[in-house]
Amino acid sequence: MADAADPGLARDATPAPPRREELVGPGHDFASVTEKISSIVLQRRTPWGWFVGFAIAFALLQGMLLAVGYLLFVGIGVWGVTIPIGWGMDIINFVWWIGIGHAGTLISAILLLLRQGWRTSINRFAEAMTLFAVACAAFYPVFHTGRPWLAYWLFPYPNTMGLWPNFRSPLIWDVFAVSTYGTVSLLFWFVGLVPDLATLRDRARSKPWKILYGILAMGWRGSARHWHNYDTAYLLLAGLATPLVVSVHTVVSFDFAIGIIPGWHATIFPPYFVAGAIYAGFAMVLTIAIPLRKFYGLEDFITMRHLENMAKVMLATGLIVAYGYMMEAFMAWYSADTYERFAIWNRMTGPYWKMYWALILCNVVAPNTLWVKNLRTSVPYLFFMSLVVSVGMWLERFVIIVTSLHRDFLPSSWGIYRGTFFDWSAFIGTLGLFTTLLFLFVRFLPAISIFEMRTILPGAEVEEEHP
Amino acid sequence: MTRPGLYGLMAEFSEPAAVVAAARKVHEAGYRKVDAFSPYPMEALAEALRLPKSGLPLIVLLGGIAGLAAGYGLEYWASVIEYPMNIGGKPFHSWPAFVPPAFETTILFAALAAVLGMLALNGLPEPYHPVFNVPTFALATKDRFFLCVEATDPHFDLDRTWSFLLSLEPRVVSEVEQ
Repeated sequence: MADAADPGLARDATPAPPRREELVGPGHDFASVTEKISSIVLQRRTPWGWFVGFAIAFALLQGMLLAVGYLLFVGIGVWGVTIPIGWGMDIINFVWWIGIGHAGTLISAILLLLRQGWRTSINRFAEAMTLFAVACAAFYPVFHTGRPWLAYWLFPYPNTMGLWPNFRSPLIWDVFAVSTYGTVSLLFWFVGLVPDLATLRDRARSKPWKILYGILAMGWRGSARHWHNYDTAYLLLAGLATPLVVSVHTVVSFDFAIGIIPGWHATIFPPYFVAGAIYAGFAMVLTIAIPLRKFYGLEDFITMRHLENMAKVMLATGLIVAYGYMMEAFMAWYSADTYERFAIWNRMTGPYWKMYWALILCNVVAPNTLWVKNLRTSVPYLFFMSLVVSVGMWLERFVIIVTSLHRDFLPSSWGIYRGTFFDWSAFIGTLGLFTTLLFLFVRFLPAISIFEMRTILPGAEVEEEHP
Repeated sequence: MTRPGLYGLMAEFSEPAAVVAAARKVHEAGYRKVDAFSPYPMEALAEALRLPKSGLPLIVLLGGIAGLAAGYGLEYWASVIEYPMNIGGKPFHSWPAFVPPAFETTILFAALAAVLGMLALNGLPEPYHPVFNVPTFALATKDRFFLCVEATDPHFDLDRTWSFLLSLEPRVVSEVEQ
């Protein structure tokens, strides 16, 4: 068939291979899997490429320092937000980041419950991606409050002012949803890491690392009794994270759908936001997976089958998102509401028409090329598509937020929004924060779950005879 | 019999099927203070040792119920009793609007119960354990499988247990110091 140099793809050519073997390159056993993944962390010399990448990411992070420093010094007037567009790039970026996080939870929780073995090699770094994306997302609403040092007012706590939050507001639902999501993602990620931290503890050569990994591993020794409770906890966490992840983007969509602004007040928002989140998230997983497998030679673990499956998920969720756009337009027409009709027409032909049609190109037209198997199995094309989808999803949030707000009911209160230098530097800054955290993660923690990789090796599962 | 300072005997295996078979035989021979160690979760091993069902699901259920009660109770108390405010003419007890935060606290408490409960049931963190004294035990997190019979088991006898474990064809049997 095609590229015979790629082990994952070459295996596809053999007639009906055993399914689990496609997930790991040939010739691997417990020792080699352990060796290969842990050596990325435990090697003494850090590859020069890592330093180059980290330096770029860290330099971008300085953009955030600049943006935040000036923002705190002057106030949120340095951003382009002003009435009537009170939610500009900060909320666009918040929704974009939180959406990206969703794929990590989907891979680690939902695909676990669905017994999709192919999740195993990609779940760890996808979960890390979730955590880092939530951290980037949380930055925006906190700073958008204008007084981030008072952000704790968002939480209900007994205070001398005698005030309590209004629980009827979707904004307070957001606080609960996002903080729960961040906490549960961290727990899930950490629980998954414990056995691998024990592996690192037992294999680290230098004393300080042994002690550090030892503390984090909490004395894990692989006891059958421990695994027994551990497996139960892992499954239950997956069962809890599944409705959680659906609820988070649902609540985020409520921020808009509960409002009466034309273009926001739609019942299709929750499912369409959740599908969009998974779509954007898988794009980001691909953006990370493709360089990661190439740079560290992990083609045996993140095979072509993984990439193709992710492309398929992207295609499926992309089609749901396209359906969402269609329904938005249809409902605007069908509602016979002047303002709703105007909002959609204004999106397509108003001052932001370029954004709208670029969004349709990125999110409706482009993903349909993934129907073609040759494109779906071409690594450079997938990488390109993952970037197109990320741009498309950013544009989607821009179109929803800005075009709905900039022309609502009264023409006297119309306006135009443009991101300022500080909007963009904050966005680029969070990209820097995200990539910096990813580089640190790949260097200091196993990017692929070692113990779960062992379970999918041939011969790992022992059938117990039932007397 | 046993000797002071001895925690137990440890048999080492290199094949997953071998440790499962050995665990079953050890259990059939009447030993109960037995533990097995593997580099990845093995359902068959838990079955061979006849481990009782995990008590974790109940803990998680209780955590979830506590979370629901705490979340909804907080909303009710804040919005109806402590700080009643007329927002757009909605009732103080706007239960549909109270669902999303109560749902989130349910998940939060249940997830915390799952993790903390798992750690508590496993007795972790536990930095020191006698099994770590076995020189090759570090391989239990790589590619080896271990089976340990504790000296406190009533059936334990240093010589007899030793030869019994040897009959299970391990790579090696070693003494585990306290």
